[in-house]
Amino acid sequence: MMSAIEVRDVFRSFGRVRAVDGVSLRVPSGGVMGIVGESGCGKSTLARIILGLLPASSGDVLVEGQSLAGLDRRARARLIQPVFQDPYSSLNPRHRVRDIVALPLRAQGIWDVETPVLDMLARVGLDSTLADRLPAQLSGGQRQRVAIARALILRPRIVVCDEPTSALDVSVQAQILNLLAELRREMGLTLVFISHNLAVVEHIATEVAVMYLGRIVEQAPVEALFADPRHPYTRALLASVLTPEPGLGIPDAGLGDGTPDPANIPSGCRFHPRCPSVTAGCDTADPAKIRAKGRLVECLLAAD
Amino acid sequence: MLRHLPTALGALIVGAALLAALFGPSLVPHDPFAQDLLRRLVPPAWLGGDAAHPLGTDQLGRDYLARLVYGARISLVIGVVAALTSGLIGITLGVLGGFFGGWVDDLVMFAITCRLSIPLILVALAVVSAVGSSLSVVVLTLGLLLWDRFAVVARTTTMQVRRLDYVAAAQAAGASGFHVLWREVLPNIAHHLVVVATLEVALAILLEAVLSFLGLGVPAPLPSWGLMIAEGRDYMFFEPWVIMVPGLSLFVLVLGINLLGDGLRDLLAASRDA
Repeated sequence: MMSAIEVRDVFRSFGRVRAVDGVSLRVPSGGVMGIVGESGCGKSTLARIILGLLPASSGDVLVEGQSLAGLDRRARARLIQPVFQDPYSSLNPRHRVRDIVALPLRAQGIWDVETPVLDMLARVGLDSTLADRLPAQLSGGQRQRVAIARALILRPRIVVCDEPTSALDVSVQAQILNLLAELRREMGLTLVFISHNLAVVEHIATEVAVMYLGRIVEQAPVEALFADPRHPYTRALLASVLTPEPGLGIPDAGLGDGTPDPANIPSGCRFHPRCPSVTAGCDTADPAKIRAKGRLVECLLAAD
Repeated sequence: MLRHLPTALGALIVGAALLAALFGPSLVPHDPFAQDLLRRLVPPAWLGGDAAHPLGTDQLGRDYLARLVYGARISLVIGVVAALTSGLIGITLGVLGGFFGGWVDDLVMFAITCRLSIPLILVALAVVSAVGSSLSVVVLTLGLLLWDRFAVVARTTTMQVRRLDYVAAAQAAGASGFHVLWREVLPNIAHHLVVVATLEVALAILLEAVLSFLGLGVPAPLPSWGLMIAEGRDYMFFEPWVIMVPGLSLFVLVLGINLLGDGLRDLLAASRDA
């Protein structure tokens, strides 16, 4: 089966910072790929490369079998669309809702936009009376619905969501997630869902990739990953989830306080300075990719 | 309301100057060019002159009010056209440099640095004396020289805006580069540019007065305010109002434009966050 997205060995650096350091990834058609990792692990850079907003330093991205580099901007826009994290900066404060949602249509040279725009607003649960508002006159949840309407108006095959709920109130997050899940089913979308919130990813994703310092260190179907994490970093991430139990305090993931520096990537396994189960050899040998039962782990210890 | 008082004052001054420039010449009973050698240097009405010439007459017996009103037209035309010309150049350069970065930005920065190292008045003097002075030469010379602040402000504000997600969203939506610059970036930096524009209008008016004072601005007998000050120079010790009338007008108009610019910036920024 053809993958909706195929990322082939993509690198991207900004000066000395290696933001994306050799990522390969396949997202099956109709699937939801969750990408998780700490701030600065390169997941947003990867999203921008997949969207064609940022050229890769090397490597290739295929969308629906076609190389992104070979697509013109209109063809690319019909295939893949973004929903960004902060709906306060992703909507132009000078444009009215109807013009924001109509922009992708107009960019295709379609000028009769009134009906599709109002239909799409209704579809994302916005009243047509909001069409003439400015973004500043909407709530955060309403703004994110506008951003989703804009992403879907061309009926793309793929939507890349870069932390679409992390800027929203907790009560609104669930509404937006459910809306995305519902629209995905109805329109047969493939989603790439970037988040640092594991609970959100568990809820919506079919497959999860864990990124650390620009590389995917573990990738597995969502049930397998959450039930049986193989990479020590994945285990630490899962252990760091806050529980609603009072009195338990903030969980200690055993990672220490040091944050990784993508300008100065450690030798060997890039996770070894923080790894709780580090052994001899971790600091010199590059860990091999181990594939088994639809999952992929990049760790010396995961072989057994 | 008190916060808007300076803005209202600025709007009042600029509005009055605009009305005077548009309709004044047809309302004032005298011709600004008509000489009356028998009635030279008549003082203004409040200094004992006569009511027929409320602001008196100049050394050739021309009505001072008529010349002042006609001069407002010339000053505003010079200010506005020079600011539009320099705005077009500076905003284009600044937005391109700020948005694309890299070698485009290097070129723009080099152009700005070159422009800043040019002594304004000297070059304006040289150009005007070489080409010959006329209204259009003065306007174009100032317009081609005053774009540096537009470029600097447009460049830095564009650099801030281009990182925002709505620019990325428009690019992902398949919008053209022109659309992104014109519809996404420009409206969001416009409130900064309005302030620069008012500064440049005021500066162009002052520079024209300087050029006229030095004898290389608008050619006589056009009644530019700077030229009026220059012509009154010989009489200023005995008839100080000869230079005070155009001098004060210049001061008040430039003050009004600056007050209006500050107010517009606040209003535009407020409507953005409303």
